Amino acid sequence: MSIVANDLSLHISGFDLLRNIDLTIEAGKVNVLVGPNGAGKSSLLRVLTGEIKPSKGDVLINQQPLNDWSMQDRANILAVLPQHSELNFPFTAAEVVGLGRIPHNTGFAKDQAIIAEALALVDASYLQRRLYTQMSGGEKQRVQLARVLAQIWQPSDLGEQFLVLDEPTAAFDLSHQQLTLSIVKQLADRGVGVLMVLHDLNLAARCADNLVVVNGGTIEASGTPEKVLTKELIHQVFDVQSVIAEHPVAKTPLVIT
Amino acid sequence: MGGHSEPSQIKSIIMDIRLPRLILALLVGAVLAILGAVMQGLFRNPLADPSLIGVSGGASVGTSIVIVAAGGAMLSPLAGLSMVALGAFIGGVITTLVVYRVATSSLGTSVTTMLLAGIAIGAIAGAFNSLLSYFSDNQMLRQISVWQMGNLGGANWQKASLMAALSLIIFSLLPSHAKSLNAFLLGESEARHLGIDVQRIKRQLIFLTALGVGFSVALAGLIGFVGLVIPHMVRLLIGPDHRALLPASALAGASLLLIADSIARVVVLPAELPTGILTALLGAPFFVMLLLKQRGEI
Repeated sequence: MSIVANDLSLHISGFDLLRNIDLTIEAGKVNVLVGPNGAGKSSLLRVLTGEIKPSKGDVLINQQPLNDWSMQDRANILAVLPQHSELNFPFTAAEVVGLGRIPHNTGFAKDQAIIAEALALVDASYLQRRLYTQMSGGEKQRVQLARVLAQIWQPSDLGEQFLVLDEPTAAFDLSHQQLTLSIVKQLADRGVGVLMVLHDLNLAARCADNLVVVNGGTIEASGTPEKVLTKELIHQVFDVQSVIAEHPVAKTPLVIT
Repeated sequence: MGGHSEPSQIKSIIMDIRLPRLILALLVGAVLAILGAVMQGLFRNPLADPSLIGVSGGASVGTSIVIVAAGGAMLSPLAGLSMVALGAFIGGVITTLVVYRVATSSLGTSVTTMLLAGIAIGAIAGAFNSLLSYFSDNQMLRQISVWQMGNLGGANWQKASLMAALSLIIFSLLPSHAKSLNAFLLGESEARHLGIDVQRIKRQLIFLTALGVGFSVALAGLIGFVGLVIPHMVRLLIGPDHRALLPASALAGASLLLIADSIARVVVLPAELPTGILTALLGAPFFVMLLLKQRGEI
């Protein structure tokens, strides 16, 4: 099963933000979107997750049109982490993560167990009783990550699940970047379809099963990192000269600029 | 007088004057505080308050219009009261919607815009009220100004029972929205991704807020800052989870207004102060304190 975008276009106030995009996000795969600023990555995420209606084309989740899903059912199979959070109220970390359990009726004890496990997974157990408003940017982002993980913690009878992350590693130090990548890989192994925007091409190359390059509102290239990341493409899309080497251990492409 | 009241007089004072006033104070305090908590959740901002963002102002314009339009032709007390409440409700709905529309873009609700819209609406409401006062006769003028200062002195059983009916609606509907309000604090699109029908719940909450604030203004006048201060203090004590915040705010609001009204009643004996003056005197410094604290955080 998958999220499928058919011929998506998005026009807003005279601008073509997306043009004729066909894309398949398969369950059990890590899909990474890269592209320059203003390429349409965030717009694409917002259309794929139903926040904006496309001007043309449609989106199917597990073969059913996005809008045919009831809001509650959709929340059971699709969790979305935006780039910035507006949360400005002094919830504790555990309470924030607990919000991810709203779509479920698993009961208090089960929810508490999931909250604790999700916080532990993102290396934030020590934050459990701390107030969100007093955390650093990286801590807040980890707590938010734990929230969306808690939302799809258990498999759903409604079908394969998907996790959409918009630049999840932006506020993270090196070790938490690595941690995030290992978490999304684990999720993919469990059958969750992951779609995330990353800016760091090397991070993208390390974890992507499917790397999608977005530029000017269209998909410039997609496929395995080995296939997609070429000198020519990077010059064409980012206007940067580079050398493509091979990661000595992981054997993934290494972009050196 | 001099302390030699007949037992029947005492009974009449308690039953006909004190008791309805006490009930009205408790209910208005509870409703304003719980709606303050709802608005702060809805706007995702701890500075939202019915009086601050113009809802009370709009409701007071509605009230004035009805009082002046009814003119000398006073209908039966209950019908007259219902008309005034209706006017306040319509005024409240219109201002809530305007403030919400003006302050909300696709990026969320902007506090600055919200407070500025509140000022604009407050100014319009003030001008309208002045205009109506200008064309009123003495009796209407007195009625309008008493309303604007917020006064529980005119409490009677009719007002108390009308407020009780409204409180019943509000207190039975709001708790079911507590979880959604928690999700709202994350942002509207996040709430949507948690399976919450944001649009529908927003409409319901705005309607209930306008209804509650409108009735409170119609029955007890402009009583400011209860809706701002109370949810804040409660949040400091027990955190922002609306499942606890809503009932606790209602209790605390009821207590505060009862205390404020009792003080207002006895502080300048034999006269009494309008209750709204007292809540504003207590609430405004607290508001400034909040602003200073927020500045520190930013």
